[in-house]
Amino acid sequence: MTPPSDAETTSGTTQNASFGGMQARSAVALNETARVTVRNLDFYYGANKALKGINFLLPEKQVTGMIGPSGCGKSTLLRVLNRMYSLYPGQRAEGEVLMDGENIIADGVDMNALRAKIGMVFQKPTPFPMSIYDNIAFGIRLHEKLNKAQMDERIEWALSRAAIWGEVKDRLNSSAMGLSGGQQQRLCIARTIAVRPEVILFDEPTSALDPISTLKIEELIDELKRDFTIAIVTHNMQQAARCADQVAFFYLGELIEVAPAGQLFTAPKHPKTQEYITGRFG
Amino acid sequence: MSATTMQPLGPVKDQAVAAALGRRRKATDRLVRLLSFAATGIGLIFLASILVTLFFKGFGAMNPSVFTEVTKPPGSEGGLLNAIVGSLIQVALATAIGTPIGMLVGTFLAEYAKGSSFGNVVRFVSDILLSAPSILIGLFVYQLLVLPFGGFSGWAGVAALTIIIIPIVVRTTEDMLTLIPNTLREAVIGLGSPKWKMIVTICWRSAISGIITGILLGIARIAGETAPLLFTSLGNNAWTTDLTGPMPSLPITIYSYAGSPFQDWIELAWAGALLITLAVLLLNILARSVLGRSK
Repeated sequence: MTPPSDAETTSGTTQNASFGGMQARSAVALNETARVTVRNLDFYYGANKALKGINFLLPEKQVTGMIGPSGCGKSTLLRVLNRMYSLYPGQRAEGEVLMDGENIIADGVDMNALRAKIGMVFQKPTPFPMSIYDNIAFGIRLHEKLNKAQMDERIEWALSRAAIWGEVKDRLNSSAMGLSGGQQQRLCIARTIAVRPEVILFDEPTSALDPISTLKIEELIDELKRDFTIAIVTHNMQQAARCADQVAFFYLGELIEVAPAGQLFTAPKHPKTQEYITGRFG
Repeated sequence: MSATTMQPLGPVKDQAVAAALGRRRKATDRLVRLLSFAATGIGLIFLASILVTLFFKGFGAMNPSVFTEVTKPPGSEGGLLNAIVGSLIQVALATAIGTPIGMLVGTFLAEYAKGSSFGNVVRFVSDILLSAPSILIGLFVYQLLVLPFGGFSGWAGVAALTIIIIPIVVRTTEDMLTLIPNTLREAVIGLGSPKWKMIVTICWRSAISGIITGILLGIARIAGETAPLLFTSLGNNAWTTDLTGPMPSLPITIYSYAGSPFQDWIELAWAGALLITLAVLLLNILARSVLGRSK
């Protein structure tokens, strides 16, 4: 992702920040409590500022859709939430991301424990080169000691929740690499929920999939929000409209508008949002 | 550019010019093709003559005593048993010591030192070592282990071969790990895995066939090395498995026998050369099949 340039966006910064803050509050009123709260978040790729003063929150057990043109910072924000950026020297975040009262972007946070609480599903399916069973068991074994019966039970539960149990239950010991793309992606979702996170981040989870598989994943996300708080980055506005309860629109590293999905797509308050959702740029 | 300034492209006007250009192209093509075939042919002739001679003389000299008798004075019926076993011991030990070191250094370069200047220095040094003349490595070990410890030894030979195989394993390990997409690494880390666990369980597992290929090619390389053994394990005409004393090996035996005036020694040298060639061929085939199966 190319970080946006600063020059074009300085004019509207303060206005947009307060705008984002106001909309976030309305989302709280709509959706009980916040599971994750982002406050004054700045993010840098080296010297490039990729996120500017982001304020928003993920409402508990709701789906938050994140939209915006390429390079707007939506994937960057997702990668801040589970500290994925910490893998790469030169990338840093400033501000606060609060979960259970703890600032998860502070130094000294146990990132392995954090990532067990905030799972992630990636753009391309990433099955591990091992059996279907071991793919799911891998994450569980990192955080828990289960006996064989408990492990079997958990794996069936995870695969069932990811709507793939019926397709793989007879070949749990065969390689996960032999599954189709859509199956692999559901396997990755199963692998993520098997760890029993509280938040699941989806980074364009269907962009490498065919329409049928996409539909399955979307139905799955709808189903999963009963138990998990979900954030999904998507380039597909129909997908955001179908899946999300709350939608956040990003542009050039700023959060332009966040609102309940119905409101953002039918009556956007910001002219930039209006332009984007009507396809005038992006 | 606007449409008005562009003339529409019609058919080629001057057929004669076009035909002449075409003839020249074809002539050049024929010439280059001829030269390439000739160059390939010359290379193949030399290779074939080496192999044919080797197979003829090697198989001619092959008999059971090659595998059952140790090297003996000229005139008595001897074999290569001690040289074969000596080579196997030294190559096996060098591989056993060099492979884990090489894999760890390669892993360090690919997973921990990407883009760091220290990593670049290590990579550069390793690459120099990869192409260093092997006789220098022999002399280095001679200074390091032979002189201070009072004599040639199998261990010194093992040390020299280890130094040769390490950079080969470093290179292939790093290359194979670099091929693994970062998305796979992020998927492992995203589950809350510590980095070392990601490397051991996922990265090595994904790269293993490539790494094994590199190790096999490394073994093939050190199995045929002569120069580094000249100054280290020296060679020995008696049966020995004692690594603290001079130790025989196939390349050294070939080296000393092939230059001797005795017909039976020369024949044994041919037999030894054939054995090494077949072993290297086998290792290469094995390496290819390991790599092929993973695809």
